[in-house]
Amino acid sequence: MNQETKKAGWWSALWRPSVRYSVFSLLFIGFVIGVMFWGGFNTAMEATNQESFCISCHEMEENVYKEYKNTIHYSNRTGVRATCPDCHVPKEWTHKMIRKIKASNELWHKALGSISTPEKFEAKRLELAQNVWRTMKETDSRECRNCHSFDSMDYTKQARRAIQQHTEGFDAGQTCIDCHKGIAHSLPDMHDVDPSAVIGG
Amino acid sequence: MKHLLRWVAVTLCCVLGHSVMAEEVASLRGGTNINDPSLPAEIIRWQPESAPLPRDYVQQPPLIPHKIEGYQINLNANKCLTCHSWANYKKANATKISPTHFRGRDGIELANVSARRYFCTQCHVPQANTQPLVGNSFESVELLQPR
Ligand code: HEC
Ligand code: HEC
Ligand code: HEC
Ligand code: HEC
Ligand code: HEC
Repeated sequence: MNQETKKAGWWSALWRPSVRYSVFSLLFIGFVIGVMFWGGFNTAMEATNQESFCISCHEMEENVYKEYKNTIHYSNRTGVRATCPDCHVPKEWTHKMIRKIKASNELWHKALGSISTPEKFEAKRLELAQNVWRTMKETDSRECRNCHSFDSMDYTKQARRAIQQHTEGFDAGQTCIDCHKGIAHSLPDMHDVDPSAVIGG
Repeated sequence: MKHLLRWVAVTLCCVLGHSVMAEEVASLRGGTNINDPSLPAEIIRWQPESAPLPRDYVQQPPLIPHKIEGYQINLNANKCLTCHSWANYKKANATKISPTHFRGRDGIELANVSARRYFCTQCHVPQANTQPLVGNSFESVELLQPR
């Protein structure tokens, strides 16, 4: 009985105007708390946008990370590296938030162990890759274009096959991922996607 | 007598064995001791992409006139065929694999590339200017050379 009135007193006190503190000091406290929350939120956003976070899951470390380490986006002539979030997390705020919310589904599957072994990962890989391909197609490969833009490509400096395909491909409205599948990881089982490019067919 | 024969045999073995061992073992690794780290590989500068290179004899697997770094060939997919298969060559502007690539071991023509032609880099190689590992006096068939 006593306990309950106490609680109710607390609650109503929150709604009563303050007697002791000035409006300014209250605003100031609110401001400080706001900064702390926002800072904490952004720190968490940043922390989960580090490559080390991505590969803290053994699922990522053992499969995609190992493969990516042999590719041009990990080590190259100029020493500019594209990390996991560069390709997989949008830079712009709203898109980034949407991607982060979607990632909660990934945490759920982590808990379920959906891809906890290399075999399970291989079995799911086509589906996972197709999700990425679909998104990139929808966004006109936005994450690739954060670094590579076809407006700044000097075709005359490119390799023979690239010149020809880029000039024709962009004119036909194609996007990076149409031609550059498997740029950072091994391809999934392509039997259903391109049977002429697999053994047996 | 038996003793003497055995001694002769053992000595012969030692002498012959030694002379064989003393000979330089010819391998790509050179004379480097098995426990030593191998010599650093020569840095290879691949030739820039070009039009198809002339062939030196009729049955020669054509040389690859472009870089193939990172092109994977495994159970899941064959990167080469994403451009060179009959379904894809037009779009990629590439040469299509010839009908010999569809012939199976027992001479049967298959509908897709044959397993013995699946690993393209067994026969096809990109080009770099390097010192030949073994000296040779090979000359290309003159009739095939562009004039
Ligand atoms: C963080 C920036 C960044 C992002 C994002 C990025 N790249 Fe790159 N990309 C690079 C760099 C740096 C190189 C290496 C340039 C060099 O040194 O030649 C490169 C090289 C490449 C190459 C040349 C490969 C070769 O073998 O020569 C291709 C193709 C490519 N990127 C495609 C893509 C595609 C497709 C995406 C999107 C899925 C993408 N890149 C996203 C920075 C990026
Ligand atoms: C119509 C197909 C096609 C499209 C669309 C396409 N590429 Fe390419 N690209 C190629 C081909 C073919 C090559 C040469 C072969 C290779 O490197 O795999 C190439 C090569 C490259 C290279 C290396 C160039 C060089 O000279 O070594 C980069 C970088 C690249 N692409 C980036 C991109 C980016 C970024 C996009 C999207 C804005 C894109 N490509 C869209 C087909 C395409
Ligand atoms: C250069 C851009 C790029 C980088 C860097 C990159 N990825 Fe990817 N990733 C892709 C693309 C494109 C796909 C779609 C499948 C494909 O084409 O290989 C993909 C697919 C995936 C998939 C789905 C499974 C699969 O293999 O298709 C996972 C998981 C993944 N990436 C995780 C990572 C992680 C973890 C890292 C960092 C170690 C990373 N990626 C770095 C471009 C990239
Ligand atoms: C991005 C598409 C692409 C990929 C992937 C590719 N090639 Fe090519 N390749 C071409 C094109 C285009 C040409 C023709 C160049 C020309 O005519 O200018 C060619 C030419 C060749 C030739 C010369 C053909 C002739 O008539 O002399 C060979 C051999 C070859 N490629 C083998 C390979 C092998 C082996 C792989 C895989 C390791 C591979 N290619 C991957 C596009 C590709
Ligand atoms: C066992 C050796 C061998 C393997 C493996 C092999 N090829 Fe060939 N390839 C040849 C020979 C020999 C020729 C030339 C004679 C002929 O056409 O059979 C040739 C010709 C070609 C040509 C030129 C065809 C033409 O019409 O001039 C292309 C392109 C080619 N191969 C691509 C490939 C690709 C891509 C693969 C992998 C899927 C591959 N080859 C696997 C031996 C091989």
